[in-house]
Amino acid sequence: MTNPIRIAGQLVVIGGLFAGVAALSNRPVYRQTPPGTGIIMLSFVHSADRRAECRRLAPEEIARLAPNMRRTQDCPRERRPLYVELDVGGHTIYQASLRPTGLAGDGPSRVYERFVMPAGQYDVAVRMRDTPRSEGFDHERREHVALATDQMLVIDFRAESGEFMFH
Amino acid sequence: MIGAIRSILLRGFELIERPFDRLFGPALNPVAQLGALGFFFFWIVAVSGIYLFIFFDTGIERAYESVEHLTHAYWFHAGVMRSLHRYASDLMVVMAVVHLLREFANDHYRGTRWFSWLTGVPIIWLLYTSGITGYWLVWDKLAYYVALTTSELLDYLPIFGEPIARNFISTGTLTSRFFTLMVFMHVAVPLFLLFIMWVHILRISRPRMNPPRMLAALTLIALTGVSVWKPALSQGHVDLAKAPVEIGLDWFYLPLYPLTALSGKGAVWAFLAAFSVMIGLMPWLPPLRRAKPAAVDLAHCNGCARCADDCPYEAIRMVRRSDGLPFPAEAQVNPALCVSCGICVGACPSSTPFRRSRELKTGIDLPDYPLAELRARTVAAAQALAGPARILVFACEHGGAAAWPGGVPLPCAAMAPPSLIDYVLSKKLADGVVVAGCAERACFNRLGIAWTQQRFAQQRDPYLRSRVPRDRVACVWTSILEFTRFKQEIDRFAVTIAAHAPIAGTSSPLPPAALAEPGTATPQKSGLVADRSGQP
Repeated sequence: MTNPIRIAGQLVVIGGLFAGVAALSNRPVYRQTPPGTGIIMLSFVHSADRRAECRRLAPEEIARLAPNMRRTQDCPRERRPLYVELDVGGHTIYQASLRPTGLAGDGPSRVYERFVMPAGQYDVAVRMRDTPRSEGFDHERREHVALATDQMLVIDFRAESGEFMFH
Repeated sequence: MIGAIRSILLRGFELIERPFDRLFGPALNPVAQLGALGFFFFWIVAVSGIYLFIFFDTGIERAYESVEHLTHAYWFHAGVMRSLHRYASDLMVVMAVVHLLREFANDHYRGTRWFSWLTGVPIIWLLYTSGITGYWLVWDKLAYYVALTTSELLDYLPIFGEPIARNFISTGTLTSRFFTLMVFMHVAVPLFLLFIMWVHILRISRPRMNPPRMLAALTLIALTGVSVWKPALSQGHVDLAKAPVEIGLDWFYLPLYPLTALSGKGAVWAFLAAFSVMIGLMPWLPPLRRAKPAAVDLAHCNGCARCADDCPYEAIRMVRRSDGLPFPAEAQVNPALCVSCGICVGACPSSTPFRRSRELKTGIDLPDYPLAELRARTVAAAQALAGPARILVFACEHGGAAAWPGGVPLPCAAMAPPSLIDYVLSKKLADGVVVAGCAERACFNRLGIAWTQQRFAQQRDPYLRSRVPRDRVACVWTSILEFTRFKQEIDRFAVTIAAHAPIAGTSSPLPPAALAEPGTATPQKSGLVADRSGQP
């Protein structure tokens, strides 16, 4: 046990194992997208209109409510799905009807999608419908973008200004 | 199926452990110290983490800068500490995974061991959570990748109203408070991990929480050397406008992360859930068929507490005397924890085969393999011995001698009371006695080898009496896969014994009635010893 050569051997073996662990702690390198590509990310959270308009309650309906619970309108909580389309280079690469979140379906709809694209110039158009209309869109933006290698282009929607943001 | 996997793994571990045994010796073999090394690495991570926290600054810009500063400006202490922190964390994962596989291979997860096995599952989760939150703090490209992928994985679960991954895709959405939260997580989760590690060993008597000092010193020196040779470095500052596409991944902590892109987040969660459920259910797939637990015979128990002291499973405790005999305490067995290893029988001073009473009784005994049957089998096995060197083998069912023809089977080598060895030699039943158990590094019942050695060396009660000629007694510790090596040891011992003057054989010292007890006609394994696989 106290033989220095044996101890040196033990040290070499343990050191070798640890060196292997250290090497694997950041090698081999992982590449998550092919070379020469960038990422277009469509991500935002937005609440569509409610599924139905508020309805004024009749006096007898109000009277049936408990005195401390009486209200003049009945507003359904559930929201409509959000319809979104994304065109890149003239092709629609994403279209979806996004259900509202929440158990009662009263939360905002959300989208978080990434698209790996070859680096280059693109015409990008994003459209969204958040009202009861069945044709056309409520919000739309078109941009000509230069997608660089490894770039992450985020398409966001700001509800405060009601417009799409490219950054 | 499970038995076949265990067998393959066991053979694999044997291939690794034997050379390690030769280089390190059984006491220092790192493969036999995985749990203790896991604890040791935890302390290295804790100490180095506290040290690094002195230099660490929470904030989007300052987090990265402070880590870079400590890595380069103070590489000789803080930089080395960072590497120690990183590599010891990786080694904790290695220890945990290999420990899990080894315990599985050795069938150390069923029966009463289910508790330690099951509490190992949250340890794995907490260990990974600790590591992942740590990578986040550095806020380099790897941290960005980890943050994005982790939050995308969490967003897959319907927990958060707004995708938390959105915090990491553009500037302005991430605040320094987030780093404060992550620091809290990176401290709180490891503390909880330590708590569960403590729960993990709660049901183990004398758990090995610290490796031998020599091994600890070698480990620390080697780890420091590797830290200097290959310091842990950051991978460049985060640029939220650029995707973290090429990353030096830590394959110990993040092997599943690339799968989120390849197979989807749902598949990763499904794998994690299935893995956790499967591991959690394994102790009952199939359950271990357990022999009847040890039973205390108060008429022969003087409350000496040796059985409680020697039990490796905390299955025996001393309680107030209940039968009015003038002793303060009596032993009480917890059947849920008892594995019927018989170590308590070997520890009981009443377990002496010299007793002349018709019915051999002891203070604590195994109902399925009582001391009387052990004595009867010993005598029967001895009478079958022939040749110039009659060697009687007491064979632990988990060791290399398990298949030895004519051996006296035992659930653990330490079930044989030292007085039984004395009995064999003083009654001239054999010329030599071999007590054969598991490989020294991996006693199936944890402490059987240690207790046997200490009893024979007169360091632990009950002693092997001085009158027993030590040159006629040998201990052979071999794994169940080392039958050939066991045979070589026996042959070597036989040569030594043959050189001694032979002990004249005698007829059985037992009355015929004692020899007629169950199982003595042919010295085969008892039902207790024979079937512990639990396989249908």
